[in-house]
Amino acid sequence: MNSQWVAVIVTSVLCYAIKYIGHAIPEIWLAHPRVQRITNLIPIVLLSALVAMQAFTTKTKFMVDHRLAGITVAVVALAAKLPFPVVVIGAMATSAIVYRLKI
Amino acid sequence: MSVQRDSLSVGLAVGAAGVAFGAVAVADHFTVAQACFLSLVLFSGASQFSLVAVMSAGGSPLSAIVTGTFLGGRNGLYGVRMAQILKLKGLKRAVAAHVTIDESTGVAIAQESLEDQRTAFWYTGFGVFFFWNLFTLIGALGAKAIGDTSAWGLDVASPAIFCAVLFPRLKERKLFIAGVLSFIWALSITQFVPAGVPIISTVVIAAIIGWK
Repeated sequence: MNSQWVAVIVTSVLCYAIKYIGHAIPEIWLAHPRVQRITNLIPIVLLSALVAMQAFTTKTKFMVDHRLAGITVAVVALAAKLPFPVVVIGAMATSAIVYRLKI
Repeated sequence: MSVQRDSLSVGLAVGAAGVAFGAVAVADHFTVAQACFLSLVLFSGASQFSLVAVMSAGGSPLSAIVTGTFLGGRNGLYGVRMAQILKLKGLKRAVAAHVTIDESTGVAIAQESLEDQRTAFWYTGFGVFFFWNLFTLIGALGAKAIGDTSAWGLDVASPAIFCAVLFPRLKERKLFIAGVLSFIWALSITQFVPAGVPIISTVVIAAIIGWK
């Protein structure tokens, strides 16, 4: 087996184990109100940081580019309460247009 | 507003970005079978991209495994949150764990009622799983035909979706502060730390703000 397959299989197994462990943690450990408040906040902080990374970094370096235009359109569309598909397609189309114009 | 419809449109939009993964994996000298295996079994976009990127940049399998696993760490934290909502045992829990990712958790927590949260989790989880795998195969087979994924806006599909997921939640003051701080924090340190750290380290922000 080559080294690529080793990396593929081992990472897949470990990542599933992590997902499962999260689900299997006994509920009693999580019953405390403080733990509840923190676990409630965790998806929010992780997803906010994820948006920052996906929209404004390239290979872990800070980078503002065509994606800013797409994200701006998404935020404006959300503020205007437009339907979800409009938000996403609007962002994608804007980003793609700005990207192509620059080339 | 239909929870099912919104969940499936997330599934389609995010799944379509699987084209980018399939194409990148093959361009980086992984086989079509390896690309599809990753989407089926690893099934976590950031980990998949990082694994391929690290190895194609000449990294060892060990560094690829560490980076990929580290980026998958947040799914465990999502699992903690989703288990409280889903309350499952046995095989159902094992299946739920597999589809516990950014999107299924994000769309679930954006819902008001417990029933809608559960519906959103399953529809988004399976929707993304189906389309992500379908489009990984298409991308891997058609790597050359797609060309530059940025020219199709595929690089903003995912952050735009998470903006939509987060937007209604940020009306609550504490959640807004936590979100904005995490956003700034991640961008401030990204240059100085390995991939994955800017995201997972925001757990500290959640702990501080949720403490009292």
